[in-house]
Amino acid sequence: MEFLSYLITGISLGSIYAIIALGYTMVYGIAKMLNFAHGDVIMVGGYVAFYATSFASSSLLGEDPTTAATALATVGSVLLAMVVCTVLGIVIEGLAYRPLRQAGSLAVLITAIGVSYFLQNAVQLLFGAAPKNFTPVVSGQLQLLGGRLRISYVALLTVAVCIVIMVGLTTFIGKSKMGKAMRACSEDRGAAQLMGINVNSTISMTFAIGSALAAVAGVLLCSYSPVLQPTTGSMPGIKAFTAAVFGGIGSIPGAFLGGLLLGIIESMAQAYISTQLSNAILFAVLIVVLLVKPSGLLGKYMPEKV
Amino acid sequence: MQKAGKSVKRIKSLAKVDYITYLGVIIAFIVMTVLQSRGMLSRSVSGMLVPICCYICMAVSLNLTVGILGELSLGHAGFMSVGVFSGVITAMSLQSAIPNELVRMIIAIVAGAFFAAIVGLIVGIPVLRLRGDYLAIVTLAFGEIIKDLINCLLVGWDENGLHIALNFDGTKTMESLGLSENGIEIIKGAQGATGNSRIATFTMGFVLVMITLVVVLNLIRSRTGRAVMAIRDNRIAAESVGLNITKYKLIAFVTSAALAGAAGALFGMNYSNVTAAQFDFNASILVLVYVVLGGLGNIWGSIVATVVLYVLPEALREYSDYRMLLYAIILILVMLVTNNPTLRSALDILGKHLGRGKQNDAEGGAVS
Repeated sequence: MEFLSYLITGISLGSIYAIIALGYTMVYGIAKMLNFAHGDVIMVGGYVAFYATSFASSSLLGEDPTTAATALATVGSVLLAMVVCTVLGIVIEGLAYRPLRQAGSLAVLITAIGVSYFLQNAVQLLFGAAPKNFTPVVSGQLQLLGGRLRISYVALLTVAVCIVIMVGLTTFIGKSKMGKAMRACSEDRGAAQLMGINVNSTISMTFAIGSALAAVAGVLLCSYSPVLQPTTGSMPGIKAFTAAVFGGIGSIPGAFLGGLLLGIIESMAQAYISTQLSNAILFAVLIVVLLVKPSGLLGKYMPEKV
Repeated sequence: MQKAGKSVKRIKSLAKVDYITYLGVIIAFIVMTVLQSRGMLSRSVSGMLVPICCYICMAVSLNLTVGILGELSLGHAGFMSVGVFSGVITAMSLQSAIPNELVRMIIAIVAGAFFAAIVGLIVGIPVLRLRGDYLAIVTLAFGEIIKDLINCLLVGWDENGLHIALNFDGTKTMESLGLSENGIEIIKGAQGATGNSRIATFTMGFVLVMITLVVVLNLIRSRTGRAVMAIRDNRIAAESVGLNITKYKLIAFVTSAALAGAAGALFGMNYSNVTAAQFDFNASILVLVYVVLGGLGNIWGSIVATVVLYVLPEALREYSDYRMLLYAIILILVMLVTNNPTLRSALDILGKHLGRGKQNDAEGGAVS
C-alpha cells in the first residue's frame, strides 16, 4: 500500500516535470536552443497566480464566498497567469533570442542564462525575497480502500491536466496548420522558409505555447510544494530539462515519458533509498540511460554522414 | 610558399599573444602587490584578489574544455568542489605534521589537483562518448551528483588518521566518526567544512594562475593541442588521419579537471567556511559565462572577462538591490551586441573609425 502511494506521488510529480519538459523540448526541437529561462517563467506564473488569487479573495470575493465563486476566481487567476507568461515568453523570444538566430548555440545559451538571472532578480525586487505561502488550487484528498490509500486532489488534478495537455498538444502538432509549420521548421528551417512558412512567427508561437504550459506547471508545482520564492523554478527547471533529454530531446512523447519516469524515480529514491541522495540517484539513472541509448529513450538517432 | 610564410607569421603572432598574456598577468600582480603593500587597497578589494585568481584558473581550464576541445561542460564547479574538499582535508590533517603553511598549501593544492584529475578521468571516460547537448546534460548531472555526495560526507581527523563516513540516510552525525578528544572535525556534511585555517595568499594565487597558463598555453601550441583542435573542428577527418579521439579528448578533459581542482583547493583555503552547495550548477554557469564572454579558445579573453565580471557586481554594489538586475541586463546586452550580425558590423565600423581594426579575430574567432 505504501508502494502504491509513493507511486502516485511519483506520477503526479512526474506529470509536473512532463508539462515543464514539453516547453523545453518544443523550443529545442524548433529553435534548436536550450532555453534555461524556462524554469523562471514557471516561477513568474506561480507569482502571478498567487497575487491574483490573494487579490480575488481579499477584495473581489466577500466574507463567505460560495464554492463556485472560489473556483471561478482560481480558474481566472490560472488563466491570467497563462496570459502573462505567454506574453512574457513572446517578449523574451523577440527581444533576447531573435537577434541571435544566426549566432552560435553557446551565445544563445548565455543569453538565456542572462534572461534567467533577470527574471529572478526582477521578481525579487518586485515581490521581495521572502517565501510566499501558496494556497493549493484544490485541497483535500480522496480516501480509497477504507482510508488506507490517500490520494490528494492536487495529484489527481495534476495527472488529469497533464493528460489533457499531452493529448491536446499531440493533436495540435499533428493536425493543425501551425503544428505542421512547427514540424517543418524543426526538420529544416531553411527549407521551411522556402516553402513560405514564417519561421519567426512559428518560433514565437512555440515560445507562447511553452510559456503558457509553464504557467500551468507553475500553479501545479506550487500546489504540490506550496513555497514560492524567486528561485522556485530553477531546480524543477533543471530536472525537467533532464527529463526532456532523458526521453529524447525534441520528442513530445519523449518529454512525457521522461517526466513521468523521473518523477517516479525521484519519489521511489526518496522513499526507499535516501532523501539526501534522491537527486544524485536521479541523475545517475539519467547518465546510465544516456550511455546505453545516447539519444534518449525516444529520441531519433541521427547517424553522421561523411 | 606565400601560404607557408603566412602560417609561420601566424604562429609567431600566436606566440606573441601568449607572451603578452604572461606579461599582462605579471604586471597586474606587481601592481596589485605594490598597491596592497602601500595600503592603497580597500578591504573588499584585497579580499577579492585570491578568489579572482581561482576563478581565472577555473575560466582558463574551462576554456580548454569548451573552447579548445569544443565540448560544452556544465559541471566544471563539480571538479572545483572536489579540489576544495580534498584540499581542505589535506591541509587540515597535515596541520600538526607540517607546521610550514606554504608547504602545506602546496601539498593541498597538489592533492586537490590529483583527486579532481581522478574524478575527471572517471567522469570523462563515459561522458566523452556522448555528443553535443547530451554531453552537456551529463556533465551537469555529474556536477550535481558530486555536490550531493559531498553533502553527505563526514570527515574528521585525529592521531589515528582520517575518519570518513557517508551520511546516506541522515542518521549519522559527527559523533559516529568516533574521533578522539583532540581530533578535528573537518567536513560536517551539508554544513560543509568549517573552521578551516585560511592559509591562501595572493602570491600563491598568482603562481597558480601562471602554472595554469603555462600548462594550457603549452598544451594548445603542442602536437597534442593541435590534435585536440583538429578533433573539435572535424572529428571524422581527425579520426581518419589516425588520431586517437578518446585519448586526446581525455587528455584535455582531465587536464582541465586537474587545474579546476587546484584552483578549488586554493579557493577552499581562502575561506574559513565552505559548503558543497556553493559549487552547484549556478557556479558552473558563472564560469561558463566568463569563458563565453571572453571568447571561446581565447585564453587572455577569459582572464579579462573573469576579472571584469567578478569585479562588476562588487562595483555595482552602490545600487545594492539593482546590481544583479543590472548584471543580467549587461550580460544580455553584451551577448546581443557581440553576436548579432547587424550590431556586430556596426561595432566593427566604429572600431575602424577609431583606428583599431579587429586584430584578434584569428584568436577569438577560433570557434564559431
